[in-house]
This record gives sequence, structure tokens and C-alpha cells, in this order.
Amino acid sequence: MAKPVSLQNKEFGAGGKPISQKGESLWKDSMRRLMRNRAAVIGGSIIVLLLLLAVFADVIAPYPFAEQTLVDQNKLPQWVLSLFPTMEPYAQLSPKYFFGADYVGRDMMSRIIYGTRVSLTVAFIGPIISLIIGVIYGSISGYFGGRLDNLMMRIVDVLYAFPSLLFIILLLAFFRSTFARPAPGTFTYSVSQLDAAMGGLLFIFIGIGLTAWATMARLTRGQVLSVREKEFVEAARTLGANDMRIMFRHILPNVVGPLVVAETLAIPGYISTEAFLSFIGIGVNPPTPSWGSMISDGAQVIRTYPNQAVFPALALAITMFAFNFLGDGLRDALDPRLRGTQ
Amino acid sequence: MADLLKVSDLETQFRTREGVVHAVNGVSFDLKEGETLGIVGESGCGKSVTVMSVLRLIPTPPGKIVAGEAIFRGKDLLKMSDEEIRHIRGAQISMVFQDPMTSFNPVLTIGRQVAEPLEIHQGMNRRQAYDRVTEMLDLVGIPKSRDRLNDYPHQFSGGMRQRVMIAMSLVCNPSILIADEPTTALDVTIQAQIIELIKELRDKLGMAIIWITHDLGVIAGLADRVLVMYGGYFIETAPVKSLYATPTHPYTLGLINSLPRVDSDVQCRLESIDGLPPILMEKPNNCPFAPRCTYVKERCYQENPMLMETSEDHFTACWVDTLTGKERA
Repeated sequence: MAKPVSLQNKEFGAGGKPISQKGESLWKDSMRRLMRNRAAVIGGSIIVLLLLLAVFADVIAPYPFAEQTLVDQNKLPQWVLSLFPTMEPYAQLSPKYFFGADYVGRDMMSRIIYGTRVSLTVAFIGPIISLIIGVIYGSISGYFGGRLDNLMMRIVDVLYAFPSLLFIILLLAFFRSTFARPAPGTFTYSVSQLDAAMGGLLFIFIGIGLTAWATMARLTRGQVLSVREKEFVEAARTLGANDMRIMFRHILPNVVGPLVVAETLAIPGYISTEAFLSFIGIGVNPPTPSWGSMISDGAQVIRTYPNQAVFPALALAITMFAFNFLGDGLRDALDPRLRGTQ
Repeated sequence: MADLLKVSDLETQFRTREGVVHAVNGVSFDLKEGETLGIVGESGCGKSVTVMSVLRLIPTPPGKIVAGEAIFRGKDLLKMSDEEIRHIRGAQISMVFQDPMTSFNPVLTIGRQVAEPLEIHQGMNRRQAYDRVTEMLDLVGIPKSRDRLNDYPHQFSGGMRQRVMIAMSLVCNPSILIADEPTTALDVTIQAQIIELIKELRDKLGMAIIWITHDLGVIAGLADRVLVMYGGYFIETAPVKSLYATPTHPYTLGLINSLPRVDSDVQCRLESIDGLPPILMEKPNNCPFAPRCTYVKERCYQENPMLMETSEDHFTACWVDTLTGKERA
């Protein structure tokens, strides 16, 4: 028999849960749900691990990424023998390199570790650029609406209609030729110096930034359109809030959820774009190690030394999976329909 | 006492694809310091549009204030710049909405939202504002108010949220509080509490109130003066006692008859007004209530009556004297 429950008990609601729980923000609530999603936690941990690798690459990597040891060209790692014992008579082995060495005798493992820097920079700078442009563009378009909205969205449509990879290639070709041999002291000169210092990444960022914002702009506009009709926006206006305040204080915080999810899910796209550009040879400048250019080098010798293509490809795949898992987890955690559930 | 707000000949239209909707057709009223004005009428009669027009909160387009003026403290609200009117909103004229569930931003804490008018109008920082906010929340009866500043709207019940809403609208000490059906979304016991609360606050703070409702019962114990609205016109305006004692317009009569009465027979059916409210696609040149009116005369279809004084301070827009059932002279 169930115990009689006193109706006068004000401290406890149904199920004996305290009614007045300590202030829990929607973000905390979402974080709690994210932590229950195993795939997302694994993805997140991998990303943290990769971040540590990238930051401490100098300490962790056994060799500098550009150090060539020509006698060690195309050396296979020692452990290959335990997988394929028949290779013993002819395989060029070296215990020095865990993933083997490439065609100029550079340590594959060190290069993969340094390669996380390139991929993760793209993974974090890409979203920042596309968010800044996309959110500002999209919220202006959605908030003010009308003719301005129409015009701004048609511009986005034009950009959308164009294949983005082709667009990035064109942009890179344009930038590279414009900034090829500038006179010292000019703006173009300092830009090309900056690009050289970043190993050719600057133009990749610009390329990604100039194409990826369109998706964010559309998404933001759609979200802003739905939120700006909400009653609390009207309420804010009756309190005397101006457009800027309404946009940034009341509307934006309500749309960040979907934006974060979309951006996290777009990160693998940015990483693969960079890898692709490096693969076809217009990405980072050698000898900056990028997984894409390493796969490209490895692909040349994939039948004899598959390790040179497989390991960077594996690194790329794991990173992209990790971001995808995290993005999926975020999407579930930030779903407003699940708010307040376990 | 002096007129705080004087609205005259206010006319608001909405230009839609189907045509022009005449939502408010030249209404006039004035509000004195500390006075409580009730605006009554059925859904879609233009009550909300009237006050929203005064605060210039009509979405334009499609809405447009076509004519009229609203003099507040000697300045016309309808002719002010956007910047000027923004400093009136929330600071001198503020508003309480119908649905406390949707009127709060779900991602901001209550403290920050109630502090917002102070930040906007008085340039306070959050620490200064929070003291005032706590004071205000105490005033509207939120227990342990200081601890609740960091709570989110979903952690409050409907009645509590409406209290917070009232605190938010009064935090800058406005001289006019517009309450747009503030009790409609609440259950009856909470309704009574909120009405009590507003009365109490009015006595303490002395602001004037414009109370919009479709419930004549709510207004009876609250308002000094009642305006009955129908089809975008005021059809009867009177001091509250006079309106309930001697309603003169057939529509007001209908509204009052449709209320359940304590002294009536339990078995009897409630009376209703037949027909539907008018579609306001064109400005009528007959009485807008004529098709539903039981007293209707020939003249009602030919001419739209304007407000005329039937007894002291009691105005009615009707060609028929409902006491005698005969046409007025």
C-alpha cells in the first residue's frame, strides 16, 4: 500500500523532488544531458586529446616535422613484421619511426602530430569566421526583414548556387597570384608575409570564411525570424529597449543553440576542405605538415608503403568522427523539446 | 486633477492583402493622474490596438496610425522621434502583458530582466539595479526575492511570473501602467490575488492604470471610469458606478446581462448576444452594432451615432434610449 502523501507538503512536489531546486540555467541542463551521451563524450575527449597534441607537439613529437634523414627514406616501422612475418627478407625496417618514414626520411608520427595543428586551427578558425560574418548578416536580414531581407538573401542564394569548393580554389588561385611577388612595405607584402608565416593557412581561412558564412547566415536568419515574433521581444520593446539591445540581448541568446550545433557539424567539412586543398597541392606550403598533403604524398606509393597514406588518413577520419559525434550529441542536448528531462 | 494622457481622434488601420482593416476608428479618451481606466470589449474590438497605438508599438507595416494625437505631459506621443518614444516606454508608460508564460525571455534570469528598464532608462549597472529589483520583487510579494534573482522564468509559477512582470513594469516608477488583460491567462484564485496586488500598488505608488479586459466583473471593483469598445469605437463611457447601475447602450446591456449573477435563479440559462463581431474591412456609416442589436431602428442603418451625454459624465453612442425603447431626439 502506498503511503499517504500530505498535500500540505510545500517543499516537495510529485515524486518527492524538491520544487525549489537551485537555479539551473538551460546551459547547465544541456551540459548534463550532453555528458550522458557516450558517443559525444568520447568525441569530446578525442578533441581535447587532439588539442593537447597540437599545443604540446614540440614536446610530444619525437622529431621536428621537417627533419630529413635521407638514409631512412621510406622506412617501415619495426612492428610490421609481427603482422606480416614473410616481409622480413626484403622490408626496409627501422625501429626509430613508429609509423615509418616518408620519401625524404621524415618521421611520419611527428608529422601527423604536427598536422593536428593545421587541422585544428582550421577546425576552430573556420567556425569563428563563418559565425562572425554569418550571424551578423543573418540577424540583420532576419530582424529587419522586408526588402532588405529579400536583397540580402538573394546574395546568399547566388553564393549558394556556386560550388563552394570550386569557389575556394578560384579564390586561392586569385590570392596566390595577387600576392605572389609584392614590393616590400605594401599591404599586399605584409599579407603575403603573414600567409607565409602561417604556412599558407591564411588564404585557406579566407577561402573557407568567404564561402561557409552563407549557410550560417541562412540558419541565423531563419532562427531570428521565428524568435523575433515571440512575445518577450514585444515585451522588451515596451520596456524601451532599442533594436541593438533586442537583437543581441534577447534574440541572439535564443538562437545560439542551433548555431552551435550546425557549426560543430560543419567543422568536419572545414577540415576536409583544408585536407582536400592540400591533397591537390594548393593548400598549405611544404614543408608545413598537413594530413591532406601527407595523404597525397602517401598515395603515390600506396602499393609499396601503404603506411604513408593510411596513418594520416586515419588521423583525419578520427578527427572528423570526433567532431561529428560531438555535434550529434550537442544537437540532442540542446533540443528544446528535451529541456528538463534526464 | 490634470490630464496625464489625452488621446483624441486616434485612428489605426492595418493594410493587409485583403484590404484595409479599420481597427480603431477615431477614439478619444483622457486619463487623469492616478486614475484607473477600464477598457472593455470582446476580442478583436480594438482594445489592444488602441493602447499599442498610443505607445507606437503597432508593427508598421502593415499597421498605420492614420490620424489623431496622444498628448502625454504636453507632448504628442504620436509625433515623437523613435528615440524619444523609446525613453517613454518602460520609464513613464509601461505595460503588463496577458501571458506571463511567454513574456519572459527563457534564457535570461529574472533578475536581469527586471533590471533591464533600469539599465536602459537610468543607466544603472547591474549591482545598483539588483538592489532596486529586490525591493520591487518584495513589493509584489515574491518570497526570498534576493535568492530568486538568479532563477530562470521557468522556475516560477504563472502567478509568480505575473507578479514579476508587474515588478518589471513598475521598476522605473512609471506614471501610467497599461495592463493588457493581465489576468486572462491565470486561474481564478490567482486572478483575484493579482487584482488585489495591483490595487495595493496603485495606492502605494499612485500611478494611473489603463486596464484592458473582456471581463466586466474584473473591472467593477477596480476602475474609476469604464470605456466600452465595439468595432473600433467607444460606444459607452461612464464612471464605473453609473455604468453598472444604468447601462444605456444595448451592447453594454448585453454584456452585463451575459454575466452570471449571484441573485439569479440557478437553473436559468446565461444570456448571450447573438451574431458575430463585425469584420472591420470598411469604415461603417451605420452603427456597427446594429445587426446584432435588439433595439435596432431604421436610423441605425443610416447613420453612425457619436457619443452623446445621456446623464452627467455618462456618454453613449446610440440612437435609441434603451430605457424607453424610443429613438432619441
